[in-house]
Amino acid sequence: MTSNPARDAGWVDPPPRKGFFTDTSVCIGCKACEVACKEWNAVPDDGMNFLGSSYDNTGQLGASTWRHVKFIEQPASTAVDLGLPRVGLPGQQDTGERTDFRWLMESDVCKHCTHAACLDVCPTGSLFRTEFGTVVVQEDICNGCGYCVPACPFGVIDRRIGEKGVTKNVGIAQKCTLCYDRLHDGLTPACAQACPTESIQFGDLDELRARAQERVDTMHDQGIPQARLYGADESDGVGGLGAFFLLLDEPEVYGLPPDPVVTTKDLPEMWKKAGLAALALLAGAVAVFGSGS
Amino acid sequence: MTTTAEPRRRRKGGGGERRMVPPAKFTSYYGRPVLKASPWEKEIPAYLFLGGLAAGSSLLGAGADLTGRPALRRASRITAFAGITVSFGALVKDLGRPERFANMLRVAKPSSPMSVGTWILTVYGPLAGAAAAAELPLPGVLGRLTRLLGRPAGLAAAAVAPAVASYTAVLLSDTATPTWHDAHRHLPFVFVGSAAAASGGMALVLAPLGETGPARRLAVGGAVLELAVERQMEQAMGLTAEPLHEGRPGQLMRASRALTAAGALGAMLGRRSRVLSAVSGAALVAGSACTRFGVFEAGQESARDPRYTVVPQRERLQRRG
Ligand code: SF4
Repeated sequence: MTSNPARDAGWVDPPPRKGFFTDTSVCIGCKACEVACKEWNAVPDDGMNFLGSSYDNTGQLGASTWRHVKFIEQPASTAVDLGLPRVGLPGQQDTGERTDFRWLMESDVCKHCTHAACLDVCPTGSLFRTEFGTVVVQEDICNGCGYCVPACPFGVIDRRIGEKGVTKNVGIAQKCTLCYDRLHDGLTPACAQACPTESIQFGDLDELRARAQERVDTMHDQGIPQARLYGADESDGVGGLGAFFLLLDEPEVYGLPPDPVVTTKDLPEMWKKAGLAALALLAGAVAVFGSGS
Repeated sequence: MTTTAEPRRRRKGGGGERRMVPPAKFTSYYGRPVLKASPWEKEIPAYLFLGGLAAGSSLLGAGADLTGRPALRRASRITAFAGITVSFGALVKDLGRPERFANMLRVAKPSSPMSVGTWILTVYGPLAGAAAAAELPLPGVLGRLTRLLGRPAGLAAAAVAPAVASYTAVLLSDTATPTWHDAHRHLPFVFVGSAAAASGGMALVLAPLGETGPARRLAVGGAVLELAVERQMEQAMGLTAEPLHEGRPGQLMRASRALTAAGALGAMLGRRSRVLSAVSGAALVAGSACTRFGVFEAGQESARDPRYTVVPQRERLQRRG
């Protein structure tokens, strides 16, 4: 049984929790998801850069990048042949001279955390939990305080920069909405719809989790022990991710935190310490007037 | 290509500060940050500093009022109101959409320190204002009214003031920013110490010698608390304390320690010297500002360098087995 953050947030009888399962082992790095996301959500351009990091010229998720395809080139020694694209003509015999490498690709996105720090710390209630269990910014309420930005343990959400009046929603925190508008109409989010290899799968989270477990078991049977799920475990520091992944290496290789924890987990402790400190200050102030001249 | 980065070289001749943990290898995605540093600029550390100054001053103002120290009372009440007004302005200015500030007041969320803080300030600000108004030479009924309200408002402001001083530590710590988060057990004490030092220091600058006894004691006590707990904090933090030693935040923290220690010493020795008291007080105020800017910038650095995200999390996983 999948936890239901929508019910925890007060929705009565919410629909099943929706999410993404991004199976990076079949990603071909076409960036159709990035493009479809920009198009559907009318996300403004955020620069044309040459970053010199394989085929990744996007850089990172941010206010104007809600899907981000990462490219990692690794020496072949640790690699497993996944039948991914290679250098040379199809069917050509390998002459063994050049160094082989493997290419890891991952389409990254907001994780729609079960325990979402961005939502917890938002002081206006702009960030909210939808009936689908996703996390969405209400752009007409956000006042751009920026608190969600350092709160997110994945570095996803950001405040949009740009020229006021030219770029839309400048100064407002923005991120993936899991296509909240499309979900209302029973449609698949734009990125998953556009993905030609079903690397991005959309659906009911418990079903996705079962499918992902099957996939990873099959891969292990096929002799790919590096395959692992990331964010599929509800006992992790964020209560599991609404958008989780199948990875072929350690999370940090993909720029993901290896053991993310929602910062508000320690909040009761923080308030306690702050309360004690406040009392100490009050006591100190009383004491300094109580003694001597 | 993924980078396996060696830790940054330590700055040469860095005052003999030792490394807290052995160097660790880690992997990252092209050395890019895992986290996003807050989009906050200098307004936020300025706000932390001025809020602390205001809070301590309200406490001094109330004490001075009750113990018959009119000059200390006046200086403290006015400092408190000026401090909170400017810091509130800084807070609004740092919003991406300042004109929507009022949206902060549509909810009250205990899970958001910024929401809690906004409500604390909403209560505290007007009280500090009413206490300061009593110090104005207003004529007639208005003058009588403000003077009448001065004491209750000042006492109420003093009751809320400790929260103003300490909640800002939670504001920083309740983030994924490694240095801020890992400081969460100690930072509230560092911040109230800093607030006491700043407000006591400001009173030493503004009030006559005869009335500054309590301010002097508050300043010295605050300075000692801040210095002692800050040290403990760094020892408890491990790797994520590193940004507090390096680069610009390192300079700020060293300046903060020097100014705070010198200011406290001067405040103790300067009981009979108006000049020494004022100079020491100014040093304490400056030291408090350096603490806030230093802690703020160290956190920003810790978010920008994936090392401070990946290494402690890897170690945590290893400990768990
Ligand atoms: S990944 Fe970050 S932005 Fe997305 S829900 Fe989690 S905390 Fe919020």
